[in-house]
Amino acid sequence: MGCLRGLERAGVMDRIDLGGLFLHFLILWFVAIGGPSTILPDIHRYLVDVHHLLTNTQFADLYTLAQVAPGPNAMYVTLIGWHLAGWAGAAATTLPMLVPASTLTLLVGHLNERYPDAPIGHAIRRGLTPITLGLVFASSTILMRAVNHDWRGYLITLLTVAVVLRKPWNPLWLFAGGALAGILGFV
Amino acid sequence: MEQPESHKPNVSRLALFLSFSRISLSSFGGAIFWARREIVERQRWFAEREFLEMFTVGQLLPGPNVLNLTVMVGYRFAGWTGAAAAVAGFLGWPCLVVVGMGVLYQQYGALPQVQQALTGMSSVAAGLLLATVIKLATVLPRHWRPWLFGALAFVGVGVMRWPLLWVMGALAPWAVFAAWKEQE
Repeated sequence: MGCLRGLERAGVMDRIDLGGLFLHFLILWFVAIGGPSTILPDIHRYLVDVHHLLTNTQFADLYTLAQVAPGPNAMYVTLIGWHLAGWAGAAATTLPMLVPASTLTLLVGHLNERYPDAPIGHAIRRGLTPITLGLVFASSTILMRAVNHDWRGYLITLLTVAVVLRKPWNPLWLFAGGALAGILGFV
Repeated sequence: MEQPESHKPNVSRLALFLSFSRISLSSFGGAIFWARREIVERQRWFAEREFLEMFTVGQLLPGPNVLNLTVMVGYRFAGWTGAAAAVAGFLGWPCLVVVGMGVLYQQYGALPQVQQALTGMSSVAAGLLLATVIKLATVLPRHWRPWLFGALAFVGVGVMRWPLLWVMGALAPWAVFAAWKEQE
């Protein structure tokens, strides 16, 4: 089975255009205002729907695995890149993240220091917050459709929401609960 | 006149690397809490207000906001190489961890028990995103315009499955302009 998976992986690697992947993620990272969760729908569209490089389940698995790793939650992008094409794939999806961070950040940081009360910063934040909200909502529905096959999956999702809104628990405990529910055959 | 808080301590590239490694490795589910604790409380590199300002700039910009903060802090103390040292600490370790997870996933991901556990965890991951949406929604003004923009972004990207670049290109300038007009 390991051999079969290896072949399957080699097949996927042949079909991957690393330059195209890099370029797509470069564009995505420039519009990822509101954080890494806002680009999840487009990554899913590009890799699952358009290029068929990942199945729905693989996409959800890789996203979820990265959420239990330490560090910024953007690391799901690195894991997806690595799964597709090893270190080169991880570089193709992760390095573009540094481009806006190292150009725009310093530019805007500089401007902000010179004009600390410029109203445009306020307008950008206020204007884009609702869009971030719509995009993160899209991310959650895409993930739900990928993994929740019946009411039990949705119940776990809703329970998670209820707990997060009421208790300041570390999300790792919730993931442990989800894993347990899965192993016990609840989902 | 020099403000007292713009006095910068001397911070080496190694110290930047180590501090951001510590932030990264201790942050499960949101790095900002740990970043503030390390930078403001432990190392006292910045005052609370300065830190908040940098965080705000980081949030305004695309990408992970704590990564943007990492670049700003590293650059302020030691220029480009300082930024590189801070980023290496912040991203290097989680990269190794997720690659380790990737190896395990390719080995064992197809086992039924692993698949079941991952399905349950993914339902939780979806719930965490949904909770974020609800928290964001409570701070949104009670006015039709922001809700319209949120709904349009959701429908365009989540239902119609249009490319994000088109949707952002159409909505973002319009949304910022509307917020700007409202301010005046």
